[in-house]
Amino acid sequence: MTTTPLAARGPRAWWRVPQRQVPVLATLALLLVMYGIGVSQYRAFSNIQVVFNLFIDNGFLLVVAVGMTFVILTGGIDLSVGSVVAMTAMVSASLLNDGVHPALVLLIALLIGPTLGFAMGCVIHFFDIQPFIVTLAGMFFARGMCTWINTASIPITDGFWTSAAQERIRIGENFVTVSVLVALAVVAVAAYTLAYTRLGRNVYAIGGNQQSALLMGLPVGRTKIAVYTISGLCSAIGGILLSFYTLSGAPLIAIGMELDTIAAVVIGGTLLTGGSGYVFGTLLGVLVLGVIQTLITFDGSLSSWWTKIVIGGLLFAFILLQRLVGIRKK
Amino acid sequence: MSTVKARLAPVTGHRLFWPLVVLVVLLAANTVYRPSFLSVELKNGQLYGSLIDIVRLSAPLILVALGMSLVIATGGIDLSVGSVAAVSGAIACLYISEQPDQNSLGAVLTALAIAFGIALLLGAWNGILVAGIGIQPIIATLILMVAGRGLAQLITSGQIITINSEPYKTIGVGHLLTLPFAIIIALAVTLLVAVLTRRTALGMIIEAVGGNAEASRLAGIRSRRITLLVYVVSAACAAIAGFMMTANVSSADGNAVGLWVELDAILAVVIGGTSLAGGRFYLSGTIVGALIIQTLTTSVYAMNIDPQTTLLFKAVVVIAVCLIQAPAFRARFRRRQAPTAPPAAPVEKQKEQVPA
Amino acid sequence: MSQRHPVLTMTAISKIFPGVRALDGVDFRLFPGEVHALMGENGAGKSTLIKVLTGVYGTDAGTITLDGQQVSFAGPMQATAAGVSTVYQEVNLCPNLSVAENIFIGREPRRLGAVNWREMRRRAQELLARIDLHIDVTEPLGSYSLAVQQMVAIARAVDVNARVLILDEPTSSLDADEVAQLLRIMRQLRDDGIAIVFVTHFLDQVYGIADRITVLRNGRLVGEYPTAELPQIALVEKMIGKELDALERLDSEAGRDRAAITAGQPLVAADGLGRTGSVAPFSLTIHAGEVVGLAGLLGSGRTEVARLFFGADRADQGRLAVDGEPTAIRNPVAAIGRGVAFCSENRRTEGLVGELSVRENIILAMQATRGWLRPVPRRKQDELVERYIKALSIRPADPDMPVRNLSGGNQQKVLLARWLITEPRLLILDEPTRGIDIGAKTEIQRLVAQLSDGGMAVLFISAELEEVLRLSHKVVVMRDRQLVAQLDNDDTLDADRVMRAIASGARQEELEKA
Repeated sequence: MTTTPLAARGPRAWWRVPQRQVPVLATLALLLVMYGIGVSQYRAFSNIQVVFNLFIDNGFLLVVAVGMTFVILTGGIDLSVGSVVAMTAMVSASLLNDGVHPALVLLIALLIGPTLGFAMGCVIHFFDIQPFIVTLAGMFFARGMCTWINTASIPITDGFWTSAAQERIRIGENFVTVSVLVALAVVAVAAYTLAYTRLGRNVYAIGGNQQSALLMGLPVGRTKIAVYTISGLCSAIGGILLSFYTLSGAPLIAIGMELDTIAAVVIGGTLLTGGSGYVFGTLLGVLVLGVIQTLITFDGSLSSWWTKIVIGGLLFAFILLQRLVGIRKK
Repeated sequence: MSTVKARLAPVTGHRLFWPLVVLVVLLAANTVYRPSFLSVELKNGQLYGSLIDIVRLSAPLILVALGMSLVIATGGIDLSVGSVAAVSGAIACLYISEQPDQNSLGAVLTALAIAFGIALLLGAWNGILVAGIGIQPIIATLILMVAGRGLAQLITSGQIITINSEPYKTIGVGHLLTLPFAIIIALAVTLLVAVLTRRTALGMIIEAVGGNAEASRLAGIRSRRITLLVYVVSAACAAIAGFMMTANVSSADGNAVGLWVELDAILAVVIGGTSLAGGRFYLSGTIVGALIIQTLTTSVYAMNIDPQTTLLFKAVVVIAVCLIQAPAFRARFRRRQAPTAPPAAPVEKQKEQVPA
Repeated sequence: MSQRHPVLTMTAISKIFPGVRALDGVDFRLFPGEVHALMGENGAGKSTLIKVLTGVYGTDAGTITLDGQQVSFAGPMQATAAGVSTVYQEVNLCPNLSVAENIFIGREPRRLGAVNWREMRRRAQELLARIDLHIDVTEPLGSYSLAVQQMVAIARAVDVNARVLILDEPTSSLDADEVAQLLRIMRQLRDDGIAIVFVTHFLDQVYGIADRITVLRNGRLVGEYPTAELPQIALVEKMIGKELDALERLDSEAGRDRAAITAGQPLVAADGLGRTGSVAPFSLTIHAGEVVGLAGLLGSGRTEVARLFFGADRADQGRLAVDGEPTAIRNPVAAIGRGVAFCSENRRTEGLVGELSVRENIILAMQATRGWLRPVPRRKQDELVERYIKALSIRPADPDMPVRNLSGGNQQKVLLARWLITEPRLLILDEPTRGIDIGAKTEIQRLVAQLSDGGMAVLFISAELEEVLRLSHKVVVMRDRQLVAQLDNDDTLDADRVMRAIASGARQEELEKA
């Protein structure tokens, strides 16, 4: 017998794109087209600083979306991110206001998010309750904590914070902020973790088929708890970047951010059912959201709510694309 | 009737027992804090009192949660209800605001009809994505959750549309037969949904689809139509809730109307004993769940705690209720009791021995 | 072979579930470098034995020895670590990961802590080349056919240092070429010294590859035989056994006149009906008042035939006519509209809605045909449900009890009642008497006879030949997904003849008739 019927796939033609990369490439194409439209319509758009500003304005969103990518890759969801971002900013502002040393504040702020994430992960894993409900409770909890700390916005005047916020790192004519470097570092670490560590590969395996992952002897419970902890950590970092950006902690800030992050992750080509997607895609997804925002700002006549409508439309298009790719696979 | 059996069973085993306990404890706590809490008085032929307020304020949530119950019973979820409420409220207010006579009953009714019709279309959109294209409900409705919010703002042009229409205002704050009109609407819709599901075979068919989709298909149920229908019903309920919320303040704010109501509604349904996995649904439980959530909010207000802090309590309630209902949690803490697994399993195994 | 030591010995294994002995003193030996077929019908204890071996269940009595050491695994993972791997029909790998990764996940080659992708690809290619599988290992597993996925699963198992490889119905959804390649790989692994336990329902494959056969029946060991010394007919006999309890003859049996029944136009006629990968094209007619028995081993395609008649699966070949009129039954709704009813063998997953009450489950199909706007009136519900609870003696006789709390036999009766109230013209019963006690079984058999006397056509599927013979006018034999014989149930037909057809296929029978 020959092996031909089984190895029916011949060598891949160079132009044939692997199916799992179709969504990411679609996002990339979309991003380039939108940027092209911007450049052709508005002269100021071609300024490189516009690109840098995308990163400056969306650095915290990018970090949070990276954490969400981990969770969604396992097939879960984390609704608590927006509230955890706000809580982290609130705690930092409040502690700084009380004169606590900035280094200590940073440490505490970075511990709160992962702790909450760890707790949620444990409830999800040990009691087998849907992530949706558990992280919803986490969202309520963190938002409640914000107002419990203070019902009003707390300004930050600490020297370390203000210098981190105002420090401009020059790149030729243009500049970025500390936050951008932090965000890009998070992206790099996350991409490495997902591609080159066992934890990362286990995340994909669980998203592909949790039952199989269990039977193959992978640490499913530990990995699931880990992704919620990672998401908590990313939210905490995002919270600190946000407090750099606004130099304050406000109880009602970042409301609805979980939707933006989920949208960025999905537009970035990650399957909401888990198992497929890249951090790089998420980066593109965040940039797409940023460009939409920038285009609407540049236009001036378009109002801000068009952002939401366009994001909704993009979500629809990408979910449909995912579905079609999924069908073709079968 | 099944209630007879339920009465005979230990009271604590009833699915409404824990939700009712929570509700009673909340009411008791309020009464201790403020003894006049329970009093209801009749002024100018209209009932007033904290209890009445709680029911009146929970009316929109009850409406949304009713629709959500049906969606969840089919094994789905509808995240878009808040946005649908915002869109329909905005459309109604926009139409009324453009009328020369805002107090014209005809104009108000037309406004309601237009907004309601569009809400039905939005529901059908959700239904087609879920039943037609086969997208997971949570994802399919996420689209409208995001885009609908923008749509609502588009309709109001990002402004808050303020109207001055007595008939419309009545929906939110009016009275009829001594009761707030909102309560009457909520009651009417509850009755309507109850009749729709329990007087027809819809309820049973929904439960069959949510309980075992494949078995339902093999019994000849056209589950797609049913799925489509529940999303339409959910949107219809959300629309009425949207009217009520905007009528309450005589204005439509595309950004704020129905914000997070989907989360509260899901919560109410889950507290009421309907499983997120689908199957049996309990409208009475859902209403108790909605009342718990509103009582919580009202109590926090009454005790002069910041309203946002309600969320802390909500978090505790969500986790407590979900843990109590989670089989894995029960198993951990009820080891001494015999496992509640259906007795059919061992029995069948035993019988498999017999044929030889 | 006898000089060699077995790699695995299971001695006097018993497994007791509440009130039931799923395994009763079963012995099983496995030698290195052999393919050992584990055979048995439903409830024989094959899957329990495998689950005991791989640590999914503990044992209640008996010992398991691996390489002379007594072992007791806490779960499949421990078993895998000790060299006992299982590959299931439903491949338990991750379709989204690449082929290479599926082989190595959990034990990826690493360099400085990072996964070494290049090394992983190289080793995966090497490994697959050894079983003559040349595919792109960087592609996601899910983009390959089930056969390739299974081979990858086997490659993983072998590379995890498996000495015992359990293949649980690996060939059920493969086509002929794929099966051939899988068998070739099995031979190769056998020659490498791996001991293979092969669970399958396909007799040809057993005789094509197995060195020895162990037969289980009803939780007991029937025997262990070298394949060469066990003719197919003997194997089938040992698997099916002979019904010991001689049930009373059914009253209606005398009054059956097959000629009269089949004189008119057939109620349902399938002409070359088939579905790729499920059942080969077959032709079959069923007349009103006729009971057609479908015999064959588990997995022989019996259920698949039933599902085509009911539209549960869509046929992609052939034609179907109802009352002589060509018709396409595309879905269950269409089938029910034509008066076809189907009691699935999987009561829990495809039959009942466990949460709903007995009443609701009984009226479900009738309600579905009426549409939700026209509920079955409560009085009519009560009347119907009460009548059928009484007629079928469903116990407990509480219409509001959730159906999942009923025993298997009573659940079966509820399912039957659901279809009987729709007054079908063709009733398809898939293993209606499996897993239920003798009393209920006789009741159901008697009911089938009554219904056919009343003019209903019945397609009766059962693994028990005696039962099929007692009830049917015509016995249709399935084997390896093909309809191989249609035998008139006259005086000359007995269990032996049916068994011969199951064992050796149709040709013999057709020749005899001609």
